[in-house]
Amino acid sequence: MKYEVIIGLEVHAQMLTDTKIFCGCSTKFGSEPNTQTCPVCIGMPGVLPVLNKKALEFTIKTGLAMNCKISQYSRFARKNYFYPDLPKGYQISQYELPICEHGYTEIVVDGNIKKIGITRIHMEEDAGKNIHEGAGSYSFVDLNRAGVPLMEIVSEPHIRSSEEAVEYMKKLRTILRYLGVCDGNMEQGSLRCDANVSVRPVGQKEFGVKVEIKNINSFKFVEKALDYEIRRQIKVLEEGGRIIQETMLWDSSTGTTQSMRSKEEAHDYRYFPEPDLVPLTVDQKWIDEIKSSLPELPDIKRKRFIEEYTLPEYDADLLTSERPVADWFEEAVRLGGQPKAVSNWIMGDLMKLLNEGNKSIEECPLKPLQLLDMLKLVEKGTISGKIAKTVFEEMYKSGRGADVIVKEKGLVQISDVGTIEKVVNDVIAKNPKEVERYKAGEEKLVGFFVGQVMKLTKGKANPQMVNELLKKKLTYQP
Amino acid sequence: MEFYRLTISEARDLLDRKEVSVKDVVNSVYQRIDAVEEKVKAFVTITRDRAMKMADEAQKKIHLEGKQSNTSILGIPIAIKDNMCTKDIRTTCASKILHNFVPLYESTVTSRLIEHGYILIGKTNMDEFAMGSSTENSGFHTTRNPWRLERIPGGSSGGSAAAVAADECIAALGSDTGGSIRQPAALCGVVGLKPTYGRVSRYGLVAFASSLDQIGPITKDVRDSAILMNAISGHDPLDSTSAPVHLPDFTAVLGKDIKGMRLGIPNEYFIEGMDEEVELSVKEAIKKLESLGAIPVEVSLPHTGFAVATYYVLATSEASSNLARYDGVKYGFRAEGKDLMDMYMNTRAQGFGAEVKRRIMLGTYALSSGYYEAYYKKAQQVRTLIKRDFEEAFRKADIIVTPTSPTAAFKIGEKTADPLQMYLSDIFTISVNLAGVPAVSIPCGFTSNNLPIGLQLIGKNFDEESILKVAYAYEQSTEWHRGRPNL
Repeated sequence: MKYEVIIGLEVHAQMLTDTKIFCGCSTKFGSEPNTQTCPVCIGMPGVLPVLNKKALEFTIKTGLAMNCKISQYSRFARKNYFYPDLPKGYQISQYELPICEHGYTEIVVDGNIKKIGITRIHMEEDAGKNIHEGAGSYSFVDLNRAGVPLMEIVSEPHIRSSEEAVEYMKKLRTILRYLGVCDGNMEQGSLRCDANVSVRPVGQKEFGVKVEIKNINSFKFVEKALDYEIRRQIKVLEEGGRIIQETMLWDSSTGTTQSMRSKEEAHDYRYFPEPDLVPLTVDQKWIDEIKSSLPELPDIKRKRFIEEYTLPEYDADLLTSERPVADWFEEAVRLGGQPKAVSNWIMGDLMKLLNEGNKSIEECPLKPLQLLDMLKLVEKGTISGKIAKTVFEEMYKSGRGADVIVKEKGLVQISDVGTIEKVVNDVIAKNPKEVERYKAGEEKLVGFFVGQVMKLTKGKANPQMVNELLKKKLTYQP
Repeated sequence: MEFYRLTISEARDLLDRKEVSVKDVVNSVYQRIDAVEEKVKAFVTITRDRAMKMADEAQKKIHLEGKQSNTSILGIPIAIKDNMCTKDIRTTCASKILHNFVPLYESTVTSRLIEHGYILIGKTNMDEFAMGSSTENSGFHTTRNPWRLERIPGGSSGGSAAAVAADECIAALGSDTGGSIRQPAALCGVVGLKPTYGRVSRYGLVAFASSLDQIGPITKDVRDSAILMNAISGHDPLDSTSAPVHLPDFTAVLGKDIKGMRLGIPNEYFIEGMDEEVELSVKEAIKKLESLGAIPVEVSLPHTGFAVATYYVLATSEASSNLARYDGVKYGFRAEGKDLMDMYMNTRAQGFGAEVKRRIMLGTYALSSGYYEAYYKKAQQVRTLIKRDFEEAFRKADIIVTPTSPTAAFKIGEKTADPLQMYLSDIFTISVNLAGVPAVSIPCGFTSNNLPIGLQLIGKNFDEESILKVAYAYEQSTEWHRGRPNL
């Protein structure tokens, strides 16, 4: 039987605010345990939450970028459960009246655009962390993370495969990073994904029984965990079994999902409106201001890159996947770079060097102006395209200008016909067998001759002249 | 000299005229505590050393600045209910679960009192987590009514009310969730005011029911309540539910004419089961106000009958969540257990008293999935109706006049076996918290066995001034507030 997969994702994104959502403590990652805490975020008796306006602004921004309706009236609610990393015994979240609802975002599936609905986006506080190492039969609790602002972004069950889920996650990450509201780091836990998965025979109208998978903490695991769970569910059904509604935990060490709790064991969170915070009213004027301050979003930028710079879709995709990359590109073009040439340099050599150094483009030591200076040297024929690669790497590593490097290393292109001709003659004379084969019709051997010439000139010979001379000499050899 | 008998304004006068020192007053209060506290048991913690230091500072300030404004509390000994956090001073909520809890922070109200130079006399006893009407639910001991020691002082701010009545402080702060300031004030023959919800910051007040809790003064006369209101009121950036509204000088209206003021008399509040002597005293008081020029008008608060039930759904729901933080993990009492769940259960089973556990269970039930709509949500809807009742009544009346409590102080142990009977002690005060409006209880008589009776004056939202004005006019024309228990 053929099965259809139904996936909905609940994504938690840590917001990049300086301070926590309900107090003034720092949100910095990786400090000594419990050094970023105060009576409010450790749930001392009698203390009260006060909403961080920046967190609200970030959530509204995200809502607008995901085409949501922003509610002018929303409420916080308490989600009640006991756990040592939850200092108040409840999490302040939103329940009945979230700030953002009814949105969507678009992903590309097999070259076609597909809309994924966004049910809601709401604000909530993060919990702390239990530490089980080094505490004997006890555990330690670190509350530095308690109260860090989170957005929960809930999708409609519109996702039909693990690939779509990954595309959706990537898209989400791109948007969050464009907005500067979340760094999107899944491994560090600043972007977390829970998935609701069910399968049903193709043609069936009702949804199958859904299973929730938690603890998916990398893009790779989004695909693996979903694929595993889909296969598991299909296998159960094929064998005549029933899917049980439960919460599963993804175990990346075994590559399997493990049951965490069944529906019967599910928590009753006893949500109710948070009485310590007055209902949230948001002025339409402020929403409009935030809207007008939104940066150009990836979809629009991508479209513009294709039209304005006549770039291939592939280039536009890659250049717009990160806002700073797009900015780098546009700066180089603004300075006079030919768009496709700049794109090639970014997608090729620049990305390679950045990846090797494990650097982001924000940390890139090479500035667009340097690339431009180098491209001018290529245009003038001072250096060849091949030498440019060496110069580029040298610029990246030393931070010096192309002019200086070319002069210092003697990389100026040889464009003197006499000099090149001499080398060409030499090469032809030393390789009579290859000359014979070439003449017999093995024309691709021209590459071999070019290589030899380049070797002898240390790559500095003007490739176009080398080609022309070689062809002429090889053809007219008496 | 018996300086402990002074009111705030009397003490102010003597201090400013340098007839007495701050230390004279503070020492006198502690002498009084030494003499009667054993009988009254109003306090959980007495802060003598701290008080002496504060007295030195206050005295310096008086020397330096000379005469203070006549609403100043500089150098005035005040007792604080033990559910308001005081930095470096144990704050227990009269609960075993917080028996060793020393806050690292000061509540907003006590911060404001410190800025004004008050003297902290001690932390007063209460029903555990403010849940009760008699202080019998204190995790430590029951406070006695200074008028008759075998009787309860009311609750939950019974310690504060008894301390004021027994002259163990000049004034006190209490907190009121369903009558916890007004009912003990009535039963102890003193003045107790619950401000409008949002008038006074709740930051640092250990929460019982967040949407109902409000801090207010318990004092020997109406002027003192107005003076303390000046000190503690106003918007607080640390409390989102505190209202950024205009702050009047609450003493400015005292002594103003009440001629022509309309006194709403709700027929629903004169019910069967009310003590005859209480009813008589309240009716006498209304006549007295009429003689001062006020005009009684009939009003109706038709949803009064649902108030107690509504309150016990909403307050317990919020409490079940507010008290979840007492889990033995971070501070306070911890009972060991074989695993985490066991530790939680032992801690909460041993740390909380019976009434607190009863209310946590009620609230947990009311919020549970499947019951939420029928209980919590329905109660919220009724709360809205009760609010509207008051809005409607205040079209016809400037203030509403009722008894504070259906009976005078009952005997210790009399109602402990029957929680429902106990809950009915607050029948006249609960609606006020649900509506959020302000109300004050003032002494209006004594029963035949010399127990105080209280009159409740209810005002419109953020109109404490009207009830203070009427309360003051009444007080000036009667002698009830001058009565003192024989200890």
